[in-house]
Amino acid sequence: MKKLLVSPSPHIHGKENTRNLMRDVVIALLPTVAVSIYCFGLSALKLALVGVLACVAVEYVIAKYMLKTKVTVCDYSAVITGLLLALNVPINTPWWVLVIGSIVAIGVAKMTFGGLGQNLFNPALVGRVFLLISFPVIMTDWSTPASTFGFEFDGVSGATPLGIVKEGLAQGMTLSQIYAEHNFSYAEMLFTRIGSAGEISAIALLLGFVYLLVRRVIRPHITLSIWGTVIVFSGILWLCNPEQFTDPIFNLLTGGMLLGSIFMATDYVTSPMEPKGMIIFGVGIGIITILIREFGAYPEGISFAILIMNATVPLINMFCKPKRFGKEAK
Amino acid sequence: MKTFSIGGVHPHDSKISANAAIESFPIPEVAYISMGQHLGAPAEPIVAPGDKVKVGQLIANANGFISAPVHSSVSGTVKGIETVFDLAGNPCKAVVITVEGDEWVETIDRSDKIEKEIKLDSKEIIEKIKECGIVGLGGATFPTNVKLSPPPGKKAEFLIINGAECEPYLTSDYRVLIEMPEQVLIGAAIMMKALNVTQGFIGIEENKPEAIKVMTEKAKGYPQIKIVTLKKKYPQGGEKQLIDAVVGRKVPSMGLPIDTGAVVQNVGTALAVYEAVQKNKPLFEGILTVTGECCPQQKNYKHRVGTPLSKIIEAVGGVPEAAAKVISGGPMMGKAIANLDAPTLKGSSSVLFLTEEQTKRKEESNCIRCGKCIEACPMGLEPYLLNKLAKARRMDDLEANKIYDCIECGCCQFTCPAYIPLLGTIRLAKADVMKIMRSRPKK
Repeated sequence: MKKLLVSPSPHIHGKENTRNLMRDVVIALLPTVAVSIYCFGLSALKLALVGVLACVAVEYVIAKYMLKTKVTVCDYSAVITGLLLALNVPINTPWWVLVIGSIVAIGVAKMTFGGLGQNLFNPALVGRVFLLISFPVIMTDWSTPASTFGFEFDGVSGATPLGIVKEGLAQGMTLSQIYAEHNFSYAEMLFTRIGSAGEISAIALLLGFVYLLVRRVIRPHITLSIWGTVIVFSGILWLCNPEQFTDPIFNLLTGGMLLGSIFMATDYVTSPMEPKGMIIFGVGIGIITILIREFGAYPEGISFAILIMNATVPLINMFCKPKRFGKEAK
Repeated sequence: MKTFSIGGVHPHDSKISANAAIESFPIPEVAYISMGQHLGAPAEPIVAPGDKVKVGQLIANANGFISAPVHSSVSGTVKGIETVFDLAGNPCKAVVITVEGDEWVETIDRSDKIEKEIKLDSKEIIEKIKECGIVGLGGATFPTNVKLSPPPGKKAEFLIINGAECEPYLTSDYRVLIEMPEQVLIGAAIMMKALNVTQGFIGIEENKPEAIKVMTEKAKGYPQIKIVTLKKKYPQGGEKQLIDAVVGRKVPSMGLPIDTGAVVQNVGTALAVYEAVQKNKPLFEGILTVTGECCPQQKNYKHRVGTPLSKIIEAVGGVPEAAAKVISGGPMMGKAIANLDAPTLKGSSSVLFLTEEQTKRKEESNCIRCGKCIEACPMGLEPYLLNKLAKARRMDDLEANKIYDCIECGCCQFTCPAYIPLLGTIRLAKADVMKIMRSRPKK
């Protein structure tokens, strides 16, 4: 007779698996990739491909030849890291710089810790910050979006809104003077604006956020608490001195705020697992980002803020316990 | 719509046997009546080889407070007291009876007439339930009379009948609800009288609209009993979850349902109580669902306790070619059957066939700390953490993180995207932690 399986319950499993969850994140990033290709032409596609291929290749080589463990590049997690890294750098970044970033992201930030699920810091952000510090000129050479097609983007270079503000304030200008000179509009910020490929369209990023929520890939706590904190904290500063501090909407729509709060801060591995902890984590990111933006040397601070809060996740997980069922036994 | 407040998952309900009316399964030629059909000490046989027994005759006495007597489900000659193997393959003592005819004990009322009037008083009801060997038929098979006698200092306030049947595939309670609604209501009324409470609830999940309709109609004659429609969510039928869902009270950690004033009984138990108290019929029959997508026939059988499972499986055409696992109970908490010749018990609720594709465990990968197990846990625990601590054998930390509160519902493992066998690890560690806790001197 045929042998039957005997194992303890449960005997069935839900439909979710790691691969599908990660694939959903990639799908959520597609609108952003599409907008970047629309604005920067094929050079944006080139960057994305280089990032993804480099990250997948680095993980494959390390897992197979150095660690000699099971290769799990098919789980899409390296694809996400590659995509996020590519979306985080200026459009004219040379391909070899991106490859170096990928080696740091996957090799140093992920595989040295033990691979998927073990890393303390968000790999894509470690890669980005490494590049920012190592290649400061290349990493701040921003370009104005313009519909062109071709593998070499030759648009006008310019500064990001956050950079312009920082520069202007440093020169002793007031915000209203800076705004008047540069003609900022919120509508522009919503659709296309100067920045990295992943920062140019708020609408595309929000579309991805909605998709992730609908598919129940992430919970809204982290993202919403970052937004809330940014609005409240920068709002207080703005009310104190509107000529010195940027307004909440500006802070929400500029720089890497949306990309970071939707796709980087919500990375499963490097964020808390329980709602209370998620909120503490989000509030921390919000505060640190605004502190860096308003008082720090860098115009943008969300990458640093997320990395700093990543370090607190084990502590947060230790102290934030889910609501248990029923009261304590007497 | 009401439901429990923390966690839960939504497996497909797969109630494909819902429309199969209850059929009586033929009496077997030989019945193997196990002595260990309930939670607690096995019963002590009082018959000897060669004795003639009738259907419903007492063949074994309860052996202690938490134990239950066993009655013969067939008439015939006792062949012997033998060691048989239960569905997990563990040996247990059983009275083996060669069946001759179908002669019932005369005191059992076999008519179809519904007896509405409850003549016995509270004490007599509990005594009757005890004599008739009634045990909880929701899975745990805890002696019902014990549950109906709250310990000193505790007072029952209401009775909840569990008609949630939240496990996928199972339909025996559903069939009882729509075929014998009046009996279930009278059974509930009897238990309410025994507990001396005036409030009763029957919780039914929304995926059983027919049962809700029939019960609501019939319950008009029982103003003290309320039918509560519950949202479909697993594990709604867990005792603690059901109390939370129906009356919004939470059983304390390490506490008992009675701490909230609730006593929970299953639909099947209510029927058994009705039959025992009103019809004088001990518990020797049960309703068993035979189902599975790969099974050519979907059945709800009324079986005599002690019928070999293999006979029931034969009746639906044997183990289907495509089946990879045979389960007694539901797919979330049931047990995989290792021995198809095991006899049915009072608490047997189903024989479920699952295909390899439905049940095969996929290869485990790294935990990605997605937190889905925390979201799913109906007890508010952290399964990923318990799994990690259990592997490191950190018993103190396991206790501090309340591993003892785990109800082993399997939600964490069901939902884990990395296919980590969370419950497998946690279940073993929980047993060890409880052993340590029990071994401590009492304050």
